[in-house]
Amino acid sequence: MNETNRFEPRIIAYVCNWCTYLGADLAGTNRLEYPANVRIIRFPCTGRIDFNLIVKAFEAGADAVLVSGCHPGDCHYTAGNYHARRRWMLFRQLLDTLGIDLNRIHFTWISAAEGRKWAQVVTGITEQTRQMGPYTAYREIARASA
Amino acid sequence: MIVDQLRELCARLLSEGTAQVVIGYGQAAPGKPAYPVFIRRAEDADQLVWNDQCMTNLAATLKRREVKALGKPAVIVKGCDERALIMLAKESQIVRANIYVIGVECNGAGRPAMAKCASCDVHVPRWTDTVIRETESQAAAVRTTPSSARYADLEAFMRKTPEARLAFWRAEFGRCVKCYACRQVCPLCYCERCIADKNRPCVIDTSATPKGNFAWHITRAFHLAARCAGCDECARACPAHIDLRLLNLALAAAAEDHFGWRAGMDPEAEPPAGAYSLKDKEDFIG
Repeated sequence: MNETNRFEPRIIAYVCNWCTYLGADLAGTNRLEYPANVRIIRFPCTGRIDFNLIVKAFEAGADAVLVSGCHPGDCHYTAGNYHARRRWMLFRQLLDTLGIDLNRIHFTWISAAEGRKWAQVVTGITEQTRQMGPYTAYREIARASA
Repeated sequence: MIVDQLRELCARLLSEGTAQVVIGYGQAAPGKPAYPVFIRRAEDADQLVWNDQCMTNLAATLKRREVKALGKPAVIVKGCDERALIMLAKESQIVRANIYVIGVECNGAGRPAMAKCASCDVHVPRWTDTVIRETESQAAAVRTTPSSARYADLEAFMRKTPEARLAFWRAEFGRCVKCYACRQVCPLCYCERCIADKNRPCVIDTSATPKGNFAWHITRAFHLAARCAGCDECARACPAHIDLRLLNLALAAAAEDHFGWRAGMDPEAEPPAGAYSLKDKEDFIG
């Protein structure tokens, strides 16, 4: 593969408004470089990030999904991230049973002060996804007519 | 005979006015699957049957508006059905005091017995107003089954590779025609408007394509996470014989593993869905 048609993963990041979004903003204002493969979608809280959105991202052709929000104890709404954490514990098990690649779904806590962590996480996920290649298995499901 | 006791009790409840309607099993002919009957007059009590064809989970009828309109119900439950009843009460869908619960000892429903019966440990309902048993001397109400027996089918399935699992579900969901029978028979799918019926925005593709079917079955299973009482009515109702039991087992196993929770087993226990703990495990979060 040459430089021009190299596979560029599409990564959807669902982030919380109060921590990870500001962390990503901090990365920007600090002029930290990280891959442009990530598409950030801002939510009020990780508690708002419905599991259907993860499915939707794969339907729309995402190669990896990142879900990120405030560290435990830091939630702007006190407990949204705790509820989200419990939801993901169970949801991962369901996806695993379905045979959906758990290496393509990432969960992190990134605070508003952790611009550097944001850059590292996005770089890491991009590299890992590039190695794994496009998520053709789910893309086929999303495209098949029957 | 259990059936004689049931008929007698039904007639008494209706004539005394303890209940306005008795929800039980009727049958067109011996050996045919039993269906729900709603008995409102004492003289109709002999419509009731009790045999191994009484598979339907009658707790599911309680969520329906037209059933609520019939007045105070008396409902016949097996041990597995009772778990759904407990969950409905836990989620404030029914008021236990307003329902007369008739428990019937069950040692396996269906012919051959349904998959859930092999690891059943609630042969005798425990949360009832009356319980009718085959003989008084039989084994204890809750026989504990090792969790390995409960999840044996799941464990066997999980030994496949992820690729094989996804291929399996593509074939299973490929047969889905989106009739939503799995939702309609579920005692715990009681939303007035299901997310699958909402179209602004359309969260779940309504077409019966792989995309729409995956989205629906993921949603159905996950909306029942740590809530599903394991009655397997969804799998039994499915005209395409999709193995929905396996998905329910996966979430039941996860709930038992993480929270030590089995839906509807203990009326006093607090459900983990909609709650959280500071100690929840987060080894998967970076």
